[in-house]
Amino acid sequence: MNKVTPLEKLTVKDYASDQEVRWCPGCGDYSIVRAMQKTLADLQSSPEKTVFISGIGCAARFPYYMATYGFHTIHGRAAAIATGTKLANPDLDIWVISGDGDSLSIGGNHLMHVLRRNVDLQYILFNNEIYGLTKGQYSPTSKIGTRSPSTPMGSLDSPLSATLFALGCGARFVARGIDTQPKYLPEVFKRAQAHKGASFVEVFQNCIVYNDGVFDNFTAKDVAADRQIQVEHGRPLIFGKEQNKGLRLKAGKIELEVITIDENGTTEEDVLLHDETNKILATLLAQMEGPNFPVAIGVLYCDPSDTYEDAVHAQLTAAKKENPSPNVNDLLRSGTTWTVV
Amino acid sequence: MEGSIAVTVEGAIREQVEDVVVRFAGDSGDGVQITGGQFTLTTALAGNDLSTFPDFPAEIRAPQGTTFGVSAFQIHFGSREIRTAGDAPDVLVALNPAALKVNLADLSKGGLIIVDSGSFTERNLKKAGYDDNPIEGDSVDGFRLITADITKNTLEAVQEFGLSQKEAVRCKNMYALGLVYWLYSRERAPTTSWLKEKFGKRPEIANANIAAVNAGHAFGETIEASGETSSYEVLPAAIEPGLYRTITGIEAISYGLVAGAQKAELRMTFAGYPITPASAILHTLSKLKQFDIITFQAEDEIAAVGAALGASYAGTLGVTASSGPGIALKTETIGLAISVELPLIVINVQRAGPSTGLPTKTEQSDLYQAVLGRNADSSLVVISASTPADNFEVAIEAVRLATKYMTPVMILTDGYLANASEPWIIPDADKIPKFPVNFLSDETEFSPVKRDPVTLARNWPIPGTPNLEHRIGGIEKSYDTGNISYDAANHQKMTDVRKNKIDNIANDIPEQKVARGDDTGEIAVVGWGSTFGPITRAVQKIRADGYKVSHIHLRHIWPLPINLGSLLNNFKKIIVAEMNTGQLITILRSEYLVDAQGLNKISGQPFKVSEVEEAIRKSMGN
Repeated sequence: MNKVTPLEKLTVKDYASDQEVRWCPGCGDYSIVRAMQKTLADLQSSPEKTVFISGIGCAARFPYYMATYGFHTIHGRAAAIATGTKLANPDLDIWVISGDGDSLSIGGNHLMHVLRRNVDLQYILFNNEIYGLTKGQYSPTSKIGTRSPSTPMGSLDSPLSATLFALGCGARFVARGIDTQPKYLPEVFKRAQAHKGASFVEVFQNCIVYNDGVFDNFTAKDVAADRQIQVEHGRPLIFGKEQNKGLRLKAGKIELEVITIDENGTTEEDVLLHDETNKILATLLAQMEGPNFPVAIGVLYCDPSDTYEDAVHAQLTAAKKENPSPNVNDLLRSGTTWTVV
Repeated sequence: MEGSIAVTVEGAIREQVEDVVVRFAGDSGDGVQITGGQFTLTTALAGNDLSTFPDFPAEIRAPQGTTFGVSAFQIHFGSREIRTAGDAPDVLVALNPAALKVNLADLSKGGLIIVDSGSFTERNLKKAGYDDNPIEGDSVDGFRLITADITKNTLEAVQEFGLSQKEAVRCKNMYALGLVYWLYSRERAPTTSWLKEKFGKRPEIANANIAAVNAGHAFGETIEASGETSSYEVLPAAIEPGLYRTITGIEAISYGLVAGAQKAELRMTFAGYPITPASAILHTLSKLKQFDIITFQAEDEIAAVGAALGASYAGTLGVTASSGPGIALKTETIGLAISVELPLIVINVQRAGPSTGLPTKTEQSDLYQAVLGRNADSSLVVISASTPADNFEVAIEAVRLATKYMTPVMILTDGYLANASEPWIIPDADKIPKFPVNFLSDETEFSPVKRDPVTLARNWPIPGTPNLEHRIGGIEKSYDTGNISYDAANHQKMTDVRKNKIDNIANDIPEQKVARGDDTGEIAVVGWGSTFGPITRAVQKIRADGYKVSHIHLRHIWPLPINLGSLLNNFKKIIVAEMNTGQLITILRSEYLVDAQGLNKISGQPFKVSEVEEAIRKSMGN
């Protein structure tokens, strides 16, 4: 198995396991695993305290490629299993790796509860809008009309927005990244890791075999600058090749609009500043989609609150303080007892 | 009552009886279970052996006065060894017409009925489906009857304490208790002190209830003086000396888990999801946080077992509990635990099914589910408890096997065992042998799947340990490295080692003993779980007639004890008594090719001694 010498500075390579990666050539997952290895190297994360827990799907193979602790579990249940692991040992730094089917179909219930409980872990959802490992069926995030083996005439049901779902569940940290941004993605992961509580990150990930190019409308090089906005707390919400487009609230409405700076009398002053502690703004940003709006990338929302495992352990501490040396024999003899001679 | 003689006690003629069955019955809001609990405690303190059977509806507060809202509590006590809650009540306390209607048919011939005549109003009679008042008609012919206007008498007795009408009426269960205390010459002091403690913050309620107990008792003395009826005496049983308490199955299994975790030197993480009748384990353990127990109410059954497994992965003892339908949901995760070889305790408090079935009634129909109910070749350890107190030892044994063999262990208990109570000689926990777990700390040639050559258990490296970083998962793994392997020969080898590891546990569990009777004979009656009481009593009665019948009771369902096959071969006939359509019998037939006959009951109610006795006599041909 992999040996790590903790005294030396760990490099990206030190976080890669010796296992041969088995994703399809050209899969977006390759760049995400590299971004993760870079993240851990940048953070100098302790390999023994870092745990990757995954469900089932292409993304779920991820833990095998990390030279940390890893648990590849069952479909949809990674969040529940990770909750138990974190409760049992709060010192562990847990990353849950999941996909859109794993998280939002079979595992929707567990994702909802891990977010509302605010268990301190990072939940990374690889969204490729398709079931890859089962050969290409449409997923809960697929657009209406997606043709797939199970929907040859086009899918009929409305897709789910992962980030709006997370915000609705009460997540205190919601962010987005893109597989093809090897420099920016680690920055998003680092923010997620730094946030104490459940950190939800949706990564748009291209499935080269079953859904190739599904995000091209905002990730392709020629359109990216105009169709994406990288949001940053306290900074104006500006985007575009010329950096001359901005977001502002429509007068008299709780609604965003895109303006072109220096046109029709608008200035940079008119552009809204990003406030990542504002849930309403985060919701408006998460809702944006093309072609009229850019897709928001980065930390949409971050507003820390108490974590579940801290509260659980506080109760344990209080109970132990009240009864510092409990004894099984005393427990068995509690209540009414009598002696037969 | 199996035998009685008349004795004179302090001038009064008191009939002495060997054993008695009393059933308290009333509306689910009448406090019947509390009444039963108090009578149990007092009876235990009086030195009788006893067994109880609480029987309550699935509805929390069914419409008042209806037959489906009737709650009952049965206690069997005596001066001899008592193994069951009794076949038929000798005394029925009916706090309303519905309670009489539901329970009258069970009453033994010539039995005594105590009714609250005040509740036999036209409205209540109608709700119970009576056209005429049964206590005035011929439906109670052949029974003895004590009628008391318990409601009115209680209100009078508690008048001085200034309770609301509702609170005052609630004291009537204590009046009935007082009356039954008189009937069996019981001390009132234990209940008095219990009431004072329970209602410490509301002394007026405590005092009113005490007054109700006393008034009920006084009513008994009055009717005795008038010669209408007499009270009884049940002498203390010859009980093994020691320190005793009463214990329910839920308490026993919860305390057993606490003790087991300590013996393994592990912290426990218990994750559950509300389900009748298993939730009470979550409630009990949630109050024991001082023992460093993490309790977690998960979002569903799947998350509960998932969190328990995740907690085992982190190096604590993961435990979950449910009932049949919930266990079904946990199945996939149990398979994962088998595949990754982590300890996990899964408790199934069986109830009557299928599907939702009868959630508050008892059955043993999840044996197939426990032994066989998973995809692929995936064996685990299955053990079962036979009495309420036996759950304590079974829980400790489950922890021992789960941690020693890195495997899920399923405990089969049932709704009857969970809720019933019995007197228990309190063990000294310090004398229970330890079985400390050793996590792997460091190793030069590390592999997460390195096995102990004897137990075949893999070692247990936990996250947080430097230099032992590794990956586990549900995909088949290489026998040598633990890495993913699709190799054909390796899958054969891994399947074999998983099976052999569990089979091998047969060498580490006690050999099967005969519970009652000899090691050889004409008939062996084989049981498991909560049928212990009725089988052993039935066998005892038949053996008293000189027949060579033995009772064999299994704790270890899988793997089976190593000598069981040869033991069964010592008998000419084998009867397998179980509360299902024949599940253990299938296993025994397939494992040992024995021609066993089944005795099966699937009514949601435990076996009666007479039913088992009759079946054995029939099999003997007499």
